Amino acid sequence: MIEALDLLGNTSLWAAVLRIATPLIFGVLGALLCERAGVLNLGIEGIMTMGAMTGWLTVYMGGDLWTGLVVAALSGALMGLLHAMLTVPLGLSQHVSGLGVTLFASALAYYLYRLIVEVGDLPPTIEPFRPLDVPFLSDIPVLGPVLFQQTMPTYLALMSVAVMAYVLARTPLGLAIRMTGENPHAVDAQGLNPTAIRIGAVVAGSALMAIGGAFLTTAAFNSFFPEMVQGRGWICIALVVFASWRPGKALIGALLFAFFDAFQLRLQTVIEGVPYQLFLMAPYVMSILALVLVARRAEVPEALMTPFRRGER
Amino acid sequence: MSPVLELDGITKRFGALTANDQVSLTLGQGEILALLGENGAGKTTLMNILFGHYAADAGTVRVFGQELPSGRPRAAIDAGVGMVHQHFTLAGNLTVLDNIMLGSESLLRTTSSRKSARKKLLQIAERFGLPVSPDAKVSRLSVGERQRVEILKALYRDARILILDEPTAVLARPEAQRLFETLKEMTKEGLSLIFISHKLHEVMAASDRVSVLRGGRLVAERKTADTSAEELAELMVGRKVERPVRKDHKIGAPVLVAKSVRVEAEGEVKLDDLSFTVAAGEILGIVGVSGNGQASLGALLSGLAIPTAGTLTLEGQDVRRLGPRGVIRAGVGRIPEDRHSEGVVGELAVWENAVLERLRTPAFSTRGFVRQAASKAYAAGLIDQFDIRGAAPDTRTRLLAGGNMQKLILGRCLSISPKLLLANQPTRGLDEGAIAAVHSALLAARGAGAAIVLISEELEEAVALSDRIQAMVKGRLSHPIPASAADPQRLGLMMAGVWTEGEHAT
Amino acid sequence: MRLERRAHVPLYLVIVAPVVAVTVALILAAGLIAAAGVNPLTAYAEMVQGAFGSRLSMTETLTRATPLILTGLAAAIAFRARLWNIGGEGQFFMGALVTAWVGHSLGLPPVPGIAVLLVIGMAAGAVLLAGPAYLRLRFGVDEVVTTLLLNFIVILFVGLMVEGPLRDPMAFGWPSSVPVDSDFRLPDLIARTRLHIGFLIAIAAAGGVWLILARTVFGTETRAVGLSPSAASFAGISLPKNLMAVALFSGGMAGLAGSMEVLGVTAVVTTTMSPGFGYAGIVVAMLAALHPAGVVAAAVFVATVFVGADAMSRATGVPSFIADVIVALCLLTMLVALLFTTYRVQR
Repeated sequence: MIEALDLLGNTSLWAAVLRIATPLIFGVLGALLCERAGVLNLGIEGIMTMGAMTGWLTVYMGGDLWTGLVVAALSGALMGLLHAMLTVPLGLSQHVSGLGVTLFASALAYYLYRLIVEVGDLPPTIEPFRPLDVPFLSDIPVLGPVLFQQTMPTYLALMSVAVMAYVLARTPLGLAIRMTGENPHAVDAQGLNPTAIRIGAVVAGSALMAIGGAFLTTAAFNSFFPEMVQGRGWICIALVVFASWRPGKALIGALLFAFFDAFQLRLQTVIEGVPYQLFLMAPYVMSILALVLVARRAEVPEALMTPFRRGER
Repeated sequence: MSPVLELDGITKRFGALTANDQVSLTLGQGEILALLGENGAGKTTLMNILFGHYAADAGTVRVFGQELPSGRPRAAIDAGVGMVHQHFTLAGNLTVLDNIMLGSESLLRTTSSRKSARKKLLQIAERFGLPVSPDAKVSRLSVGERQRVEILKALYRDARILILDEPTAVLARPEAQRLFETLKEMTKEGLSLIFISHKLHEVMAASDRVSVLRGGRLVAERKTADTSAEELAELMVGRKVERPVRKDHKIGAPVLVAKSVRVEAEGEVKLDDLSFTVAAGEILGIVGVSGNGQASLGALLSGLAIPTAGTLTLEGQDVRRLGPRGVIRAGVGRIPEDRHSEGVVGELAVWENAVLERLRTPAFSTRGFVRQAASKAYAAGLIDQFDIRGAAPDTRTRLLAGGNMQKLILGRCLSISPKLLLANQPTRGLDEGAIAAVHSALLAARGAGAAIVLISEELEEAVALSDRIQAMVKGRLSHPIPASAADPQRLGLMMAGVWTEGEHAT
Repeated sequence: MRLERRAHVPLYLVIVAPVVAVTVALILAAGLIAAAGVNPLTAYAEMVQGAFGSRLSMTETLTRATPLILTGLAAAIAFRARLWNIGGEGQFFMGALVTAWVGHSLGLPPVPGIAVLLVIGMAAGAVLLAGPAYLRLRFGVDEVVTTLLLNFIVILFVGLMVEGPLRDPMAFGWPSSVPVDSDFRLPDLIARTRLHIGFLIAIAAAGGVWLILARTVFGTETRAVGLSPSAASFAGISLPKNLMAVALFSGGMAGLAGSMEVLGVTAVVTTTMSPGFGYAGIVVAMLAALHPAGVVAAAVFVATVFVGADAMSRATGVPSFIADVIVALCLLTMLVALLFTTYRVQR
């Protein structure tokens, strides 16, 4: 017990929390953007896989890390466009389309990887993002190693939270996106195009999701292997509800979840005799619990999952 | 003076249906034009074309002399046309200011000027006498307040021509009165208005001119001062309007007795200390503006809502907790408010819908299996007896026209010879022919001794069919008055809640 | 250009839709095969050969189709009632786990023993889905996420059991459970192949589901609930009771799939015994337009793709993941094809 509490004082735990939270932050923000506009994007698991693969592959083939992130974002945007076209103008089931995109994007990612990359006993690796060492600031006790020795994408994630919060709350575009998720007919009646807004939001959100996936292969680990996303995408979908569709709360949710994940990992080394699978289960169980706690109070965007068809009510 | 608006030869088809056929009309500066017609006559379609929700197949729209590109609300808004929709286009979870500002600023701007927007909104609100609080969440506003927001939305975008689609559908008499006064003030401020309505007395009272649509065509234009309600009614329907007439007869013993019923839903009290009685062979009309508890009353009598207080008995039997199937077994026939979403499952066959609510009775199922042959025969019988057109037992129910669907629902209710019939907005959205058929059926049931509760927003219908009338306001019922004492003035007051202190029916 | 609802759907369209969907998917996948430097036609020929070229391969295909029929039925039943059961994978494993657990020490004669094992496999799957269904009814929690997350939890649990209490000390390589009693193994349908009578049981199950949906009170009510919950409620159908019944039915089918796979094919439960049967079941259900009869045909098709792709991969070097790509594309193309059966395009 004491050893468990001791863990909490370890700065490497908290540094790990931010690192583990990064792909989740991108994922939640992406899913949040789609849902705020009224579209549930269950393609997230596949899009993150695709982003992980394309980001890594770009670097493997000689590109630099930032180009990798951009390519990942574009691949995510493309998958997002597929989902958007099926669900917005065609109004097909958002559930089924999302699942289809997840299955397709994952399968395509694995196929292309296997096609292009020679895999021996161990998967090939690349040089990942190195943690920064911000002068002065990283020497601050406790906060230093935790906040100022992270990789660039982590800082990008934190900035994205602020940008998303600002755009949604204070810009005309943000208002239009929010309104599209609440009542697309109201958007139409004010002379804007809810179809275009929804498609745009899904494409942009999917790009964010893919960057989250790319973080896994260009910063957290440095190789790509099947099933590496491990359900993080689904957890992000749960976190969006937990966050009441708000970027600030999404950040808190991601950090909380990452904390449990990081803690559970270290707890395994400290507590003996408990099968490691129980520890690994913890994050998924926590997500379900979080959903149960928040469900009743959730302020769902009113038009989430309702296709927009002119003249139909 | 040239007209501010000209619609010329507008034609619009939806598949085989011609919704608008070569319709032309004009609107003069400062005028209030009423667009009158039955349900399905094409009024809303025409206005949707004007506002750009639809593109016309033929014809042009000229606003202030300029032709309007079709199919784009943006173009209409920029030209000065504003629309107040029948089903408000508002987002409940956002504030009044948010709803009004949407679309008024370029999406490329990196920041929103809420301060100046708020100022402009308050100025307009003051100018037109439509007070609002910009930071209120729309879902918390009353229906009347929401309509004000809907109007302000248009005025904020500098509308010079305002279209109002059935603006008084959800307002009580005094509120409707106030609205029309506001509209008159607006014309003095330079606006020109069109309002769509199927309510004759409103059209007569509030408009300068009337255009009558029937079957997609413009059949008449009149100066309001030069015409009468009777003439308009005949023009609307195309023939002398003949609805069946109720004849007084001997009323039997009380069938349904409700005492101090209290129903709660979504954390609110929907029905409060409600008491009423209906006797055999009697039609009790419950009138009132929608949103005052009618839905809960319907749910109560349908077996879908359990009261938290009070008693409800049908010929002495306690029916509070029976549920829909139990209530049907006890002899209640139910016509729901919305036939499309509650009355039938559109994708199922006619015979399946005919027996769905009685599926678990020996007549239509045995040992868990559906008795298909018996059910189809029953449906065929209904089709025959109630003159349901366009239907065979295997027809997919959503293909039926509104009137025929309603006849199916009526038929399955009446075939059990119900002791009590709940008719909730039974003629909503129906054309005159179907309305007459439904009224006949209701009066026939009355003649056969059924007790009928008629919930209706159409005063005319309630007065014509009911023996007694009660008004429903905020979940309470006024004392019943006999139909003979029901003049529009009195009803209007009852519906607005103007009862003598403590006068609610207990 | 507008979409207009069709008055009624002609039968030929219902049959043509999946054929068109599959064809388009194959054409799109052909591009990827070409990128591997292989002639797509050659590849597809190898695939068909690999799935049906010999007696052995045909039985392999049908063996592979058996669990797919059941997970397909599970998805079809659930989706019809708007219960988004994405947890077929977890329910499969639950059925397999419970069957393997009880099956190595159950003291019953073969026939009742098999029956009991299949039933408890079904029960395990049913109970697993009942959880998310309950959470939806009581707390309003969306079942998509809960069923998905449960998949991961269940697979971890299986790993835990197979490395712990159920461990077969005599297994080398991958950890696996102690095999079930050989008395309870499902007899082969065709000798010296893996095809077992489970295939017939699965087909019978499809027939049973069809019968239930089309002819029983429960089936009619379930269809009503899926098509219009508000009208079903008005007619007196209890939405919560129906949802729970559907959940038990759907979970049970997926659990049965796992149970049969243990008794018929593997004799043990391992964490790797499912190449995504649960998820593939969703594709099967969609290709069948949620129709029980169509599920059998769709399951055989998907099995063909997987078995054929393995052989094709060995013969041509095209990564076998192409099977997953084709199956996923089929889901998407079928979704679009279904749109055209319901709507007509109008100018």
